[in-house]
Amino acid sequence: MNCEPISKLLIPFVDGRADMKERGRVENHLQDCAACRARVEQYRTVWTILDEQPAVEPSFGFDARLRARMAAEPRSRWFGWMVPSPRLAFSTALLIALSAWISMMPPAQPNYQASLQPEKEFQMIKDLRVLENYDVVSDFDALSEMPATVPGDPGATNPANDGQQQPQGTGTM
Amino acid sequence: MLEVKAGDEASFELLLQRYRTPVVNFLNRMVRNQATAEDLAQEVFLRVYRSREKYAPSAKFTTWLFRIATNLALNSIRDYRHHQLDVSIDVSADEDEGRTFELRAREKNIDQQMLENDRATAIRRAVDALPDKQRAAVLLHKYEEMDYAQISKVLDCTESALKSLLFRAYETLRVQLAPLAGFAAAQTAAGVPLPVSELGKGRTS
Repeated sequence: MNCEPISKLLIPFVDGRADMKERGRVENHLQDCAACRARVEQYRTVWTILDEQPAVEPSFGFDARLRARMAAEPRSRWFGWMVPSPRLAFSTALLIALSAWISMMPPAQPNYQASLQPEKEFQMIKDLRVLENYDVVSDFDALSEMPATVPGDPGATNPANDGQQQPQGTGTM
Repeated sequence: MLEVKAGDEASFELLLQRYRTPVVNFLNRMVRNQATAEDLAQEVFLRVYRSREKYAPSAKFTTWLFRIATNLALNSIRDYRHHQLDVSIDVSADEDEGRTFELRAREKNIDQQMLENDRATAIRRAVDALPDKQRAAVLLHKYEEMDYAQISKVLDCTESALKSLLFRAYETLRVQLAPLAGFAAAQTAAGVPLPVSELGKGRTS
């Protein structure tokens, strides 16, 4: 008879903590196994014998000693929530120092690159050979149909193409 | 414990009154010395008191309490053994068998006022002779009457591992306490408890 699978269930069986399924398995096994029946009885005896081990009571001064140690502990105060933890205090101090440093810095320089851009465009348009008289043709409707591409400037875009790509671009938004 | 967390000192007093004796008894059976057990028990309650504001009711309070107690006891036993080993190495370099020192230390800590043939002493010796984790499992199972789920959380193991642990512990106790119980426990010639699997061999149902 194979007692191995049942062996671990014998203690839960004896202490009454086995579930119904485990209990059924053990009971079925015990019906056919005299050795395990004897073992279960011996476990029950051991269980009873262990009750003979006397319990101790804490000594007389136990509570007094504990209260003295508790009194020496730092107590939480009603304003304790205002006392920052070291990490929080360090983070706050760092944030304040960073803010002060940024506010003391000179104001940011204007973006000359951006301000130069219209002048550059103006110059480019002015230099076009077809625009002999810029003041006259500046309001000329046909100008809007002129390609803005400057030869040798691959980064520039074609307005005609832009016009075609516009719906596509907005479609993806 | 939630009332203690809210700052109710009277509730902590109630916890202390309710659990100090079980904790002291558990630690006394673990470390085999009442003075040490009481020191450790005080440390347990101080840790509970210190961490009351961080307490999260994710586990039963008793599980948390006895987990602290078990860890403190196991650390204390380990430190004591290291100390004993250091002392014994200093005393005699020839005696280098750890088991010898361990047994001597154990004998020294078992209540020396009791007689050798005292039944209570014999029971205590049998429990003391169990490996630390098996002893903790038996104490929580037998004396604190915890269920398997709780004990496995205290000892940080699976329920299956706990059942194996308890089976081995009670099997050892069954053999060791056989003279007191008046039965002849089945065991091998070397005194090692016979595995249950061996008992059924050769038998037919």
